[in-house]
Amino acid sequence: MIERQECDVVVVGGGAAGMAGALACHEQGLRVTVIEREESLGGILLQCIHNGFGLHHFGEELTGPEYALRFRQSVEESGIHVCCRTTAFRLEDKGSYRSVMTCSGEHGVREYRAKAVILSVGCRERNRGNIGIPGTRPAGVFTAGLAQRLTNIDGYIPGRRVVIVGSGDIGLIMARRMTWLGAKVLGVVEIMPTCSGLLRNVVQCLEDFDIPLYLGHVVTKIIGADRVRAVEVGPMRDGEVDTSAVFRLDCDTLLLSVGLVPEHDLAQDAQAEISPDTNGPIVDANWMTSVPGVFACGNGLHVHDLVDDVSHESRLCGLSVADFVRVGGFDNEQLTVNAGTNVKYVMPGKIASGRGCSLSFRSLIECEKATCTLRQGPNILVSKTLRFVRPAEMIRWDITTEKLKGACGEPVELSLGKATNDE
Amino acid sequence: MTSRLCGTYDVVVVGAGVCGGAIARQLSKYDLRVAILEKCADVSFGVSKANSGIIHAGFHHPTDTLKTKLEIRGNMMFEKLQHELKFPFERVGILVVAFSPEEMETCRNLYLQGCENGVSRLQLLNAAKIRAMEDVLSPDVFGGLYAPTGGIIEPYRYVFALIESATLNGVTLATRWELAQAHRRQGVWELVSTGGETCRTRWVVNAAGLYADKVSGILGAEEFQIVPRKGEEYLLRRGAQGCPRHVLFPVPSHTSKGMLVIPTVEGTVMVGPTAHETDDKCDVSTSASNLRLVFDNAKRMVPAISSRDIITAFAGMRPTVEGQDFFIDISSMASNVVQVAGIQSPGLTASPAIGLYVKDLLKEAGLKLTEKPGFVHDLSASPVVRDLDGQSLAKLIERDRAYGNIVCRCERVSEAQIVEAIRKGHTTLDGIKFYTRAGMGRCQGGFCSYKILRIIQRETHMPIESITKRGPGSEIVLGTLEEEGART
Repeated sequence: MIERQECDVVVVGGGAAGMAGALACHEQGLRVTVIEREESLGGILLQCIHNGFGLHHFGEELTGPEYALRFRQSVEESGIHVCCRTTAFRLEDKGSYRSVMTCSGEHGVREYRAKAVILSVGCRERNRGNIGIPGTRPAGVFTAGLAQRLTNIDGYIPGRRVVIVGSGDIGLIMARRMTWLGAKVLGVVEIMPTCSGLLRNVVQCLEDFDIPLYLGHVVTKIIGADRVRAVEVGPMRDGEVDTSAVFRLDCDTLLLSVGLVPEHDLAQDAQAEISPDTNGPIVDANWMTSVPGVFACGNGLHVHDLVDDVSHESRLCGLSVADFVRVGGFDNEQLTVNAGTNVKYVMPGKIASGRGCSLSFRSLIECEKATCTLRQGPNILVSKTLRFVRPAEMIRWDITTEKLKGACGEPVELSLGKATNDE
Repeated sequence: MTSRLCGTYDVVVVGAGVCGGAIARQLSKYDLRVAILEKCADVSFGVSKANSGIIHAGFHHPTDTLKTKLEIRGNMMFEKLQHELKFPFERVGILVVAFSPEEMETCRNLYLQGCENGVSRLQLLNAAKIRAMEDVLSPDVFGGLYAPTGGIIEPYRYVFALIESATLNGVTLATRWELAQAHRRQGVWELVSTGGETCRTRWVVNAAGLYADKVSGILGAEEFQIVPRKGEEYLLRRGAQGCPRHVLFPVPSHTSKGMLVIPTVEGTVMVGPTAHETDDKCDVSTSASNLRLVFDNAKRMVPAISSRDIITAFAGMRPTVEGQDFFIDISSMASNVVQVAGIQSPGLTASPAIGLYVKDLLKEAGLKLTEKPGFVHDLSASPVVRDLDGQSLAKLIERDRAYGNIVCRCERVSEAQIVEAIRKGHTTLDGIKFYTRAGMGRCQGGFCSYKILRIIQRETHMPIESITKRGPGSEIVLGTLEEEGART
């Protein structure tokens, strides 16, 4: 038998985003259910045992599990209904309600009928197939996050001599982690000429341990029939590998930290429009996808650098959901925000006219003293100077209602430029 | 599943791939003692696991070849086999796509060849017709050939099912059993493994795939060489752009049927394979230049195909012998040996017929075949959570809660399915992957590997360090922090 339950909001995913979204909804008096596939709330934070979380949100430096536990405690105290070890496998818009089908060993199959749904499903790691590393297919090739999980939660040692592909934050943190557990990290190989993780991680995770960073290099081949025996690494010259300069690193393990991709399966199942830029669903100024009543936030929407930003965004999303549930829809006028010069993408892609907003965006350039500008046609609505911008670091810009008072109608454009040229 | 070998067998099949499986299952219908020996950690881990999964129609090769006879006969056996063994198979049809009058001429020759071979319902198509049948095709298409009897199959599921059926009917399977020596004494073969185990049998069937030449040598039978012809393939995600409805072939060359675009039974798309002879049977590496080659060819037929949709790449080997036909015969050099060698494409299609053919060879050679009254034709279907509606899943979870615990999110595989695979003897990550599809989806095991490791450990009591990807040497983790701590 399929058991039916009704509530105001179903939050799919109980990580950082889901917990913040659920708490905001609860605060506003909504009946909330959180669906979590793992054993407990917390998501990927639980395997991130390093510190550096919470500087913005809590004003202090926490480890991942500490950050998660603070939110988890609030959720538990609030009395929000939480279903762990439960998988949401279907999402459908039924007009008057949203149907979320879940299954678990404990409760069997359930259908939740909710006025709104928040998709806070997180992201997955790009893997070997996605970047097409040639060579054999032995054991010992892991995504960095999987290796992190195996080490920090399960207590296993994934490898002894390690090469890491990609200088994303998880890759850098895993370089340090593997060193700490006694493994030899032979190097971090990054295809781009610059590091793609946070600068503080380059210093604290590589430089402090004398781990070489091979910028502008790629792994050209994986060697080893059963377990990884070695990899070949070569420098890039004019977009091609310089085969004359290829060298070999003898290792038993290859970790891949080559990017994260929002999980959009449920959004796609509900026929929400998916953005080719982020791979997450497209949302409007209210964090609502193209399917009415289905909202998205966190790394399942777009990939963030800092969990603090995830919590912030998800809270805004939750508040917006409360508006939706109260009124049964939105009628606010919205302006499209386009990514202009030097901007990779802007999230959300719309803002409500005459209301403040929080924009997240990524730069295509690296420079000191950059100016970001929000224009409508020839008019500059608002601008701001940033100390430093680089593609690896997401920029968050909270704009007050006052600044956007006059804006309505035409799309606006967000652009970035070097401060000296622009002003 | 490794069972103890004991006593003297009537027939021992060397190699648990698609041929060995089909032969063993065929022989399990008779009152015989049969064993099947496999050097790898699981069945189907050799040639049979890495191929295109096509059931060919039978128009590619000349009528008088053994491979054509067995291909045509095998093709027609799949509905019955699927009904009995419950593996994924669909007769979606094959289109050979021509881009010029010259290529159309080749299609016409394939049509004539097919008719002569006895392929039914072949049809030549003009541009409008072929595009109406398959709207993802390039607008430059000139015409083509339609073979409605062609199909697609999940090859490893088919091999698993063959061997499951064989063992259910009394065949003994020994995995990690690699043949090292063979002696014949008083009319009985004594086979010795690399691990020093012995196995006695009256007949030996050499279905050792890439290593059939080596096995033949050990048996003192015919000298021949298996030349591996490597093929690289790329798997694209479910819902990938340009997914066709039929299997799309280009016009073939002299050495290969060309690089195809294949809609798999699971909704993914496969493109490839390349065809390169190699001298290294272990060389299953893939290369950047072949990726370009495969996609250039695929895009020529289906422009929407994109390498952005790649989930994974792999390479497989076609075991070829001189002359390029199958070599299936009673050995003329060693007593009581049947050679089943050089089974390249269309070996998968031909396999059920190869089973029958080998059975007939053995019968002609004097093996007494008495039908077993208790032969069980059917395997029971195992539930696949991903394919169930809510109601059926709810019922299933009421029966066994473990069906509600989803372990692999991409392919929606439950804990119960993983446990079933383990209990059926698939105790490596690859074995479980091929049996259940857990880890075969977009995240490629990123989110489920650690869960599966734990389930294997719980079910088998193996130490975590001895759990492998595909057998000894391919261990997943190299130690535990607990032990490391105790040591320091």
